[in-house]
Amino acid sequence: MSETAKSLAFHGAVVALLVALHFALPAYHHGNLARIMVLAVYAMGFNVLFGYSGLLSLGHAMFFAAGMYGLGLPMQHLGLAAAPALLCGVLAALALGAAVGFLALRTTGVAFMIVTLMFSQAVFLTILYFGEYTRGDEGFVIAQASRAIAGVDLSDSANRYFAALAIFAVGLAVTLRLIHTPFGRVLIAIRENEERTRMLGYDVFAHKLGAVVASAALSGLSGAAYALLFGYAGATFASVQYSIFPLLWVLLGGAGTIIGPFIGTVFMFYLIDISSGLTSAYMLIAGAVLVALTLFARQGLVGELRRRVMPWLP
Amino acid sequence: MVAVTPLLTTRRLSKSFGGLRAVHLVDFTLPEGQIRALIGPNGAGKTTFVGLLCGRLSADDGEIRFLGEDVTRLPAHQRIRRGMAYTFQITSIFARLTLLENVALALRRRLHGKSAQVRAEAMRALEQVGLAGRAAQIAGDLSYGHQRLLEIAMGLAQAPRLLILDEPTQGLADSEIDDFKALIGAVAGQTTILLIEHNMDVVMQTAQFITVMDGGQVLAEGTPEAVKANAAVQAAYLGTA
Repeated sequence: MSETAKSLAFHGAVVALLVALHFALPAYHHGNLARIMVLAVYAMGFNVLFGYSGLLSLGHAMFFAAGMYGLGLPMQHLGLAAAPALLCGVLAALALGAAVGFLALRTTGVAFMIVTLMFSQAVFLTILYFGEYTRGDEGFVIAQASRAIAGVDLSDSANRYFAALAIFAVGLAVTLRLIHTPFGRVLIAIRENEERTRMLGYDVFAHKLGAVVASAALSGLSGAAYALLFGYAGATFASVQYSIFPLLWVLLGGAGTIIGPFIGTVFMFYLIDISSGLTSAYMLIAGAVLVALTLFARQGLVGELRRRVMPWLP
Repeated sequence: MVAVTPLLTTRRLSKSFGGLRAVHLVDFTLPEGQIRALIGPNGAGKTTFVGLLCGRLSADDGEIRFLGEDVTRLPAHQRIRRGMAYTFQITSIFARLTLLENVALALRRRLHGKSAQVRAEAMRALEQVGLAGRAAQIAGDLSYGHQRLLEIAMGLAQAPRLLILDEPTQGLADSEIDDFKALIGAVAGQTTILLIEHNMDVVMQTAQFITVMDGGQVLAEGTPEAVKANAAVQAAYLGTA
């Protein structure tokens, strides 16, 4: 079997497994997994920039929030239907990505991290400032009746699961396709050796900007879907914490792998879920496990898997 | 000299770093199809000069014309697109990618990503430098000499009008240097080559014309025989017996 066929079979099997889990999981884990699948798309978006292009943003929550409010505000205040609102959320994140990328990419390394962090804080404070519309920290609930696309009620747990799975599959397909396009190959080249890439005649700035926009659009899709499927938008999702989460998920799962962001999200979600059932000092357990993983699986779970047994994993 | 349309000219090209005049008022003309060596002692300004040509450094003053067009203010990637290729003095490859992907990256921009054609041409470029058998290996695992050859393959794969090689034989074994000389002989006539080189054997055997730099300026120019005989060059660089 060629590497491409193996990779397609593998990622297809993951999606098939997630379909099967719908029928097997108890309600609690079923609900968790729907949430995880949506958040994994956020991690995939982050991974496009961090894992494949080598650019570390510390402000990705602004793109997640742009998707969330890009969908939530027009639904809440203008009565926009769910489907066009979803598109609106993605476009809001895409536009924010283009604007922030255009400015932030004038910097590199640590400065890029700080500039993205600052922009994200500005977005967070903007959400609080317009509290009259956004309800600030408290957030707002998106009316259940409006959370439907083509007559399918997305607040129903089975429908919600499959909607989450559909968005997850889209994220998987988009990132898998992206890294095999000439554009994606150049992103990897920039990650590996930016100066050499420039001296092969590639416009490094334009490619990085494309990566920021793609990354922001996927993150926005995740934020919009999260608000739509779980019926809530709040400023917490724009806070620093939500910029750090995708970094942790991607590092744990394996930066620069297609399935790593999902594995990392599952792992982190259940690490906190299980340890918080054991003790109130659950962050201590989570912290210890994270330290152990950084020491013994530096390339993340999937990164280690690729290194040891599955070298063909993209 | 025969009147040929020059591929590249510079006029009063200058670059300083702080108080140091690395390149000072250099007038330089390179005709199409020539293999030109650029020699001079360490610190003569050779790497700075080619850095200005390909856009890694921006000129303080003066003008660079490539294929009749003023490229002095163009960013590096746009000069590369107009037909320059540059190989680094310190080996610069994609160490964690395969040889095939390294060369494919050099090709894709020109071939607009047609994957079958990219693959075929990448293999051909690797064959030219004798690395086709290692196409699937990770570039960082190659020996130093092979990495230098890979870098040259990446230069050739771009099918450049002007190939700039910055000390390509540095650190190569004698047998590898012989291979390199044969390679230059094989591509002579297909492209114009500007070669920075310290190994005088390589220079004398491959170059058709030599420019000698010292202290950021052109000290002398001429055929290998003429340069060899030039007393000023001997004093500055070759060392007199």
